[in-house]
Amino acid sequence: MQRNALYTILFATAVCIVCAIVVSSAAVSLKPAQDINAALEKQRNVLLAAGLLEADEKVDAAEAQRRFENIRMVVVNLETGEENPDIDAASFDQVRAAKDPETSSVAPANRALVQRLPDNVLVYKVLGDDGVEGVVLPVQGYGLWSTMYGFFALESDWDTVRGITFYQHGETPGLGGEIDNPKWKARWPGRKTFSEDGEPKIRVIKGLAGPPAEDPYHVDGLSGATLTSNGVTNLLHFWLGEEALGPYLAKLSQGRAI
Amino acid sequence: MVEHYLNLAVKAIFVENMALAFFLGMCSFLAVSRKVETALGLGSAVIFVLGITVPMNNLIYNYLLKEGALAWISPNLAQYDLSFLGFLTYIGTIAAMVQIVEMVLDRYMPKLYAALGVFLPLIAVNCAILGASLFMVERDYTLAESTVFGISSGIGWALAIVALAAIRERLRYHDIPAALRGLGITFIITGLMAIGFMAFGGIQL
Amino acid sequence: MASKTQEALVDPLFNENPIALQVLGICSALAVTTRMDTSLVMSIAVICVLTLSNVFVSLLRNSIPTNIRIIVQLTIIASLVIVTDQILKAYLWDISKQLSVFVGLIITNCIIMGRAEAYAMANPPGMSLLDGIGNGLGYALILMITAFLREFFGSGTLFGKQILPLVSEGGWYNPNGMMLYSPAAFFIIGFLIWGLRVWKPDQVEED
Repeated sequence: MQRNALYTILFATAVCIVCAIVVSSAAVSLKPAQDINAALEKQRNVLLAAGLLEADEKVDAAEAQRRFENIRMVVVNLETGEENPDIDAASFDQVRAAKDPETSSVAPANRALVQRLPDNVLVYKVLGDDGVEGVVLPVQGYGLWSTMYGFFALESDWDTVRGITFYQHGETPGLGGEIDNPKWKARWPGRKTFSEDGEPKIRVIKGLAGPPAEDPYHVDGLSGATLTSNGVTNLLHFWLGEEALGPYLAKLSQGRAI
Repeated sequence: MVEHYLNLAVKAIFVENMALAFFLGMCSFLAVSRKVETALGLGSAVIFVLGITVPMNNLIYNYLLKEGALAWISPNLAQYDLSFLGFLTYIGTIAAMVQIVEMVLDRYMPKLYAALGVFLPLIAVNCAILGASLFMVERDYTLAESTVFGISSGIGWALAIVALAAIRERLRYHDIPAALRGLGITFIITGLMAIGFMAFGGIQL
Repeated sequence: MASKTQEALVDPLFNENPIALQVLGICSALAVTTRMDTSLVMSIAVICVLTLSNVFVSLLRNSIPTNIRIIVQLTIIASLVIVTDQILKAYLWDISKQLSVFVGLIITNCIIMGRAEAYAMANPPGMSLLDGIGNGLGYALILMITAFLREFFGSGTLFGKQILPLVSEGGWYNPNGMMLYSPAAFFIIGFLIWGLRVWKPDQVEED
């Protein structure tokens, strides 16, 4: 029905205020619970990539914390490839650092569509009985719908894949979203990452790959998710290459013992 | 420089076609594709709405919503992250634009207005329109990129719906089983068109 | 009264199915139906948002000025979806991650807007509630059937449990990969519509 303009404006304002209050209340009051979930999720994913957690194991916050004792977080400077002892790893926020122009730079053009590169990244060392057993590296890149954030873990030869997980993404459920499928993640351990010249060679291909011993540089593709699969390959090649974690991995290979 | 934008445009029109690769905007796509004329009308409306809302939402996101965006008003406000209001604000600009388009059409092109019927206000909920804004946020486009992306996505969607309408018009001379006529066969044709567009998938220019 | 209730609840299942006749809610029907668990959660989310939105719009139907009605409807719908998203992220984290961007796209699920315009603006809250539930169930019906066919033949699983042993794991079933692509959803829904209209010829379109 037609009303005068004042009524329209008042009504609109009232609706806006009510909706804003409802939405903001929900967001603010539920944030702590969401943050706990996000933090637990991240810990779980580091443990999963490192192989310290089985795919279908459900652990609560306390147990996750306990297993996390086997992980040592270090901040690594990308350019030098050296560990940066000045920055406290526990409070380092890589996402924030990437957005702040003082602690990051514009990333060189890359197929993973990574926009900004933080100067330092958070790396997780896996500790075993004989010292460092492996390393978990942060990776991210664009898939089909969204930026995928994950972890890529290497064994102590810095070439054999230990595992991969994605803890945040917005890919299509059932298609690209299958990067969360434990069966697909299980195809990664044992593959080889780098070629003879130290270039990242591992790729997600179309179709099935052979077992790791025969087909070390290929991983099965995801049906119906070509762009997501390509996104995974692109982000790995970027982050493991010389523009990002390459210098760090080179130092690890040369240094061997940490 | 121009290359970059051309690349973006071609990708949005063919490789990542809103209707046939992402399957956004399906409802109006299937319902308004009987005649090429109405399809062209709806397609043009979509291009127009997209060309304006994507850059507008880009400005809103960068200057109002994202973390630290409010710093231009006062440094104290830089700590706020209002991105959870994203959905509401984007849909708000879209709805406002659609209401304006509706009023303009009603006044200047009443035949098209009548032909589009309920599907004109439904442009506001056309997931292609919201989807384009969500992509723009996700991919962090600049204002120029947003404009190119918005217009190109619209062109891609319009292209798809006009193509479908052209096919459906020709189908009227064919002997389709009664129960499959109309909506049923349209679904199947669209499925076949989608398979055709899958050929573009993964092309990187 | 009882028959009107029945009409509102049961009609949208077969006689006036939102996807098969009203041509609404198609996008998510194509995208999330590769698995039954995501389809189930999506259906429940849509039923909740649709019902609540119908009720709120109906309560306000005599107060909303005509010239801003679309925006007001959308504001209500968007707010409901944001709250749903926040609740999912807080209490059902794993599921919210599976659905990712598609929760946000519930806002643009044309069923919700379509029913708000076509029904809730003209009917009392009680009937609007039933209409919401009915249409939500009609949507869920098509979604679950499509998801069943796509997941079963596309991966050999149902709700994630392996039913048909895959060749790649030593079994006999070679999964029909085509089922996981969106064109398959188009074909399945096309055939469902065909079947529905053979059963109910009054839905056949006259040219």
